[in-house]
Amino acid sequence: MELILFYVFAVTVVGGGIGVVASRNPVASLMFMVVSLASVAGIYVLLEAHFLAAIQVMVYAGAIMVLFLFVIMLLNLGHDYRDDLVRGLYAVCAFVVSGAICGILATRFGGAETSALYESFPGAAAMDLELAERGAVSLIARPLFQEYVVPFEITGILLLVAVVGAVALAKKRV
Amino acid sequence: MLTEALTTSALLFVIGTFGVLVRRNAIIMFLCIELQLNAVNLALVAFSRYVGVEGQVFVFFVMTVAAAEAAVGLAIIISIFRHYRTVNVDNFNLLKW
Repeated sequence: MELILFYVFAVTVVGGGIGVVASRNPVASLMFMVVSLASVAGIYVLLEAHFLAAIQVMVYAGAIMVLFLFVIMLLNLGHDYRDDLVRGLYAVCAFVVSGAICGILATRFGGAETSALYESFPGAAAMDLELAERGAVSLIARPLFQEYVVPFEITGILLLVAVVGAVALAKKRV
Repeated sequence: MLTEALTTSALLFVIGTFGVLVRRNAIIMFLCIELQLNAVNLALVAFSRYVGVEGQVFVFFVMTVAAAEAAVGLAIIISIFRHYRTVNVDNFNLLKW
């Protein structure tokens, strides 16, 4: 059952990704992107990352995509159906580069579940036990506020810098 | 489920790379970069299922950085559009004007 659900989500993830690249209208691209992101959230649920699934839907599929939609509407690109693909040698290079990356990833990921390193992992059962003991939010909160508390605080500064930078860049007269 | 999740992540990453290389619309290229970030997130979550919860913490940070990057990048696109009246990346090749 889980595996069937996983394949359904995987197909919508990849299909949404192809839709993003293939559709001509930016708004259609964006809608495909939302489908893809929501399906990734579904896969997160199947991988027992419940907190991240919620964050994915709220922050990514919600906030960031709305930001993109705002900009597309603001720049009035919704009627833009012109072809904007590269042509000629450059397109061939794009095919070669993405094919090469695909090949590298395939060779690296292919034997993931048979490698010696995989045997040394705690494994899904241990993670399930921890999840049942602590709950989905507490599981991620403990390392976030203990080992990674300094990066967490620095992230706050990063967001502040991003907000100030975005306002300064998008303003007409600084 | 590890291999399947990693395969999905690899496919998503390749689609994102292809999109960045092929499309000329700055916003679509940006969307494709987000797609790549998502592929990496998916791989991290898949590994965190078997290795430990740290992977999920990293995904949390990646999402924050992606949000910050989207805000700044879209602001840059707006200011470029104001100047050139287009978001096609073939039309801008100067860092300063």
